[in-house]
Amino acid sequence: MKTSKTVRCMSFLFMFILLFLTTGCADNYIVLDPKGPIGEQQKDLMILSTLLTLIVIVPVLILTFVIVWRYRDRKGRKAKYTPNWEHSTKLEIIWWGIPIIIITLIGIVTVRYTYSLEPSKPLESEKKPITIQVTNLDWKWLFQYPEQGIATVNYVQFPEDVPVRFEVTSDAPMNSFWIPQLGGQIYAMSGMSMTLYLQADEQGEYMGSGANFTGKEFAKMFFTANATSQEDFDQWVNQVKNTSPELTLDGYKELTKQGTSDARYFSAFPEGLYEMTVTKYAASHNHGLSTRVQPPARVKE
Amino acid sequence: MWESVKEFASEFFVTGDPLIYGADVSIVLSMIAIVSVLTYFKKWGWLWREWLTTVDHKKIGIMYILASVLMLFRGGVDALLMRAQLAMPEMQFLSGDHYNQIFTTHGVIMILFMAMPLMFGLFNVIVPLQLGARDVAFPFLNALSFWLFFSGAMLFNLSFVIGGSPDAGWLAYPPYSELAFNPGPGQDFYIWGIQISGIGSLMTGINFIVTILKVRAPGMTLMKMPMFSWSVLSSCIAIVFAFPILTVTLALLFIDRYLGGHFFTLDGGGNPMMYINLIWMWGHPEVYIIVLPAFGIFSEIVATFSRKKLFGYKSMVFAMIIISVLSFLVWAHHFFTMGSGADVNAFFAVTTMLIAIPTGVKVFNWLFTMFRGKITFETPMLWTVGIIPNFVIGGMTGVLLSVAPADFQYHNSYFLVAHFHQVIIAGVVFGFFAGLYYWWPKIFGFKLNERIGRWAFWLWNIGFYLCFMPQYALGLMGMTRRLYTYGWDKGWFEMNLVSTIGAVIMGAAFLVQIWDIAHSIKHMKRDTTGDPWNARTLEWSIPSPAPFYNFAVMPQVTSQDDWHERKLRIEQGLEKPAKVELEPIHMPKNSGIPIVMSMFWFFVGFGLIFDWLWMAVPGFIGVIGCMVVHSFNYDTDYYVTVEEIKRTEAEAGRVIT
Repeated sequence: MKTSKTVRCMSFLFMFILLFLTTGCADNYIVLDPKGPIGEQQKDLMILSTLLTLIVIVPVLILTFVIVWRYRDRKGRKAKYTPNWEHSTKLEIIWWGIPIIIITLIGIVTVRYTYSLEPSKPLESEKKPITIQVTNLDWKWLFQYPEQGIATVNYVQFPEDVPVRFEVTSDAPMNSFWIPQLGGQIYAMSGMSMTLYLQADEQGEYMGSGANFTGKEFAKMFFTANATSQEDFDQWVNQVKNTSPELTLDGYKELTKQGTSDARYFSAFPEGLYEMTVTKYAASHNHGLSTRVQPPARVKE
Repeated sequence: MWESVKEFASEFFVTGDPLIYGADVSIVLSMIAIVSVLTYFKKWGWLWREWLTTVDHKKIGIMYILASVLMLFRGGVDALLMRAQLAMPEMQFLSGDHYNQIFTTHGVIMILFMAMPLMFGLFNVIVPLQLGARDVAFPFLNALSFWLFFSGAMLFNLSFVIGGSPDAGWLAYPPYSELAFNPGPGQDFYIWGIQISGIGSLMTGINFIVTILKVRAPGMTLMKMPMFSWSVLSSCIAIVFAFPILTVTLALLFIDRYLGGHFFTLDGGGNPMMYINLIWMWGHPEVYIIVLPAFGIFSEIVATFSRKKLFGYKSMVFAMIIISVLSFLVWAHHFFTMGSGADVNAFFAVTTMLIAIPTGVKVFNWLFTMFRGKITFETPMLWTVGIIPNFVIGGMTGVLLSVAPADFQYHNSYFLVAHFHQVIIAGVVFGFFAGLYYWWPKIFGFKLNERIGRWAFWLWNIGFYLCFMPQYALGLMGMTRRLYTYGWDKGWFEMNLVSTIGAVIMGAAFLVQIWDIAHSIKHMKRDTTGDPWNARTLEWSIPSPAPFYNFAVMPQVTSQDDWHERKLRIEQGLEKPAKVELEPIHMPKNSGIPIVMSMFWFFVGFGLIFDWLWMAVPGFIGVIGCMVVHSFNYDTDYYVTVEEIKRTEAEAGRVIT
């Protein structure tokens, strides 16, 4: 009847939408258009798990429509009617069994990937990773380059094909550090330093964001992650070193005040600023992942 | 003097927003209207005797349902405001602060003050009738549960005109919800609104476990119990284990805020991650608490409208109990990205996936209940059939989210938002709607209009898909939740616009439902059979609406679907309507203590929110006083005489010989 037909149309529409989503036809689907090894593997995993679940979902949807259509009550119906049929061990084994098999498969894949994609695990590469220390502040991101000695706000640049070791902490409510096209996010939490390895295989400007709500202007916490060639990166570092002001401790305190910010560049930052930020909130609890940081020498104010 | 009054008022009342002034005016006007109507028609005494002091589970259920519909309206308006703000990039409709308050109240209201009371309403109205019982095990406690929920809900709702709403999200993650970042009273409204109603929820859980285990009709063994009652039992078991965690967690947050504790603060050795673990130890079971009864409702409806026995009864029971146990072992999947390490993530990913198995089994059992049945599509069945594809897809995205390493990309994005709305709207809310349409004639004595009901169904469903399918897409475009604004450069405009259109259609669907109710009251056709759907369980064996004592004679249960079997036997002439011996019925007496005590709780909450001990302390003394008064009250029950039973049954069109 009318009902089931419409239900059927709707569901086809919907399957179509889902397929469309999972295959990622448009440029906008940045999560499905990764530019680095981590994002790439996560995308593969997303597609694999979707396909595995579809093994159950598609037959169930078809079965639903067939049953609803065939056994609707109407005159002159030929389909069987068995009002007291309520149990079949064979059927029950089938539909306890199939989900168990599928879930076992997804489970095995998940556990293997959980270990291989553990965010603090270094990426395999011939190149030495570059370390960038990320601090979540109220409504801006501070990036420190301990090796290069520069710092930036809401803009982060790194060379392509080089593993980036992000160390992430927070000097504000918990946020989440996310560059969708490079890979998954990690929480930015006060009092601990989380490690997240990412890498860009292609040059380009990627959107980065704070994914966990932190208050009033949380929506303005986007930043640009720019992957360039090694030369461009070195040149950029030199430029920042030569032309930008220094980040002082007072300057940092100014930054921690609530407010949004454009991209900013600093030629230097107070030594041990990142470690001080982490330890300032008593590193009494060491989370599984966090690297225990040595308390720095007291910085004179 | 005047200056200090003005200063107090400007802090006490929320000012400066035309939307809120509008709400102020409408609240005052509707209060005046309610009070004058009650006074004009001299209905105060009636209201007090029949409703405010009642311990009748059916009336309490109706009050729960009424309150939840009001809350659905409030939460729905919040949703529409948010969707309006997000319809286009760079909208200037709501400020960041205001948006944050709205998504917080939307979440809290929809889960705790809409879904929970709607569920408790259905528990109350139906479970005792299904069990063949005269009332719940503890009728007084039941009334107290309702009034505690009600004063908690009122307290919470007051926050947007007095003091300011909470804005830290529905689970109020610290450190953002701590004093340092959230100094206003909003977060305290959150704590006390939920604490007070939470006590009520816990007591309801206890009450229904005891009811189901102890006051079933003679002959109804557990394995002959209707599936809805089984689902209530499994849900209540989860309530009893989960809600104390919530109470403790919020109490610790309160200690932080009120007494300067450091459980979850940034400094002083506080650990906000502990709160996140604790709150999800309650929060995850909570979603199963609300969805399990919906499973029960589907089971009842599918069997009734397929004219067939429920397939795989034992499997269904087993599946629900597994779900309610497993729901306590999955909480960390809400924060795979907190870096607990691969061992922890792998464990919680696998336990989460395991839940898909019993849930999937339930879907198969519903399908095979329909298989070789004779399906008709009255509104309750329409909702149920519509829910199956919806819920299956919501479940599928749930499994996708549980794949821990991939969750690093889904987490906190609109993909997640779409997923939980799909399981909660399409599973829980639509499920409760199905239940409401199904049991409406039993509750009120007349059916809702089928034609308008179909309109509501289609509008809700089309609106739903339009609203939430684009949100899956937005998630994969990198849009994160709780953003109050976004730029044109992100490419999120089209999908957001479609989503907003869907939300508006759902809003229209809600109005159609209200119209459906109004229309059906106006053109009321009394249900004289007591069994308008030709259904299978005991609640349909008595007149609609059920007399206040439910069953004139206690039913003797011999099988599953006892009422259906009895009808068959009578049809085949195997059983003649037996001659019955009426006996006086033992009933609980009304009591004003629950509402008074809850009012005192309200004062306790309000006093602590504003740090007014002069209000909180007397309030607390009042609470204790009510307990003392009640424990010395021995006049709590009475007997209904045989004459009155006969008269009531005759009025309902049943002659008892």
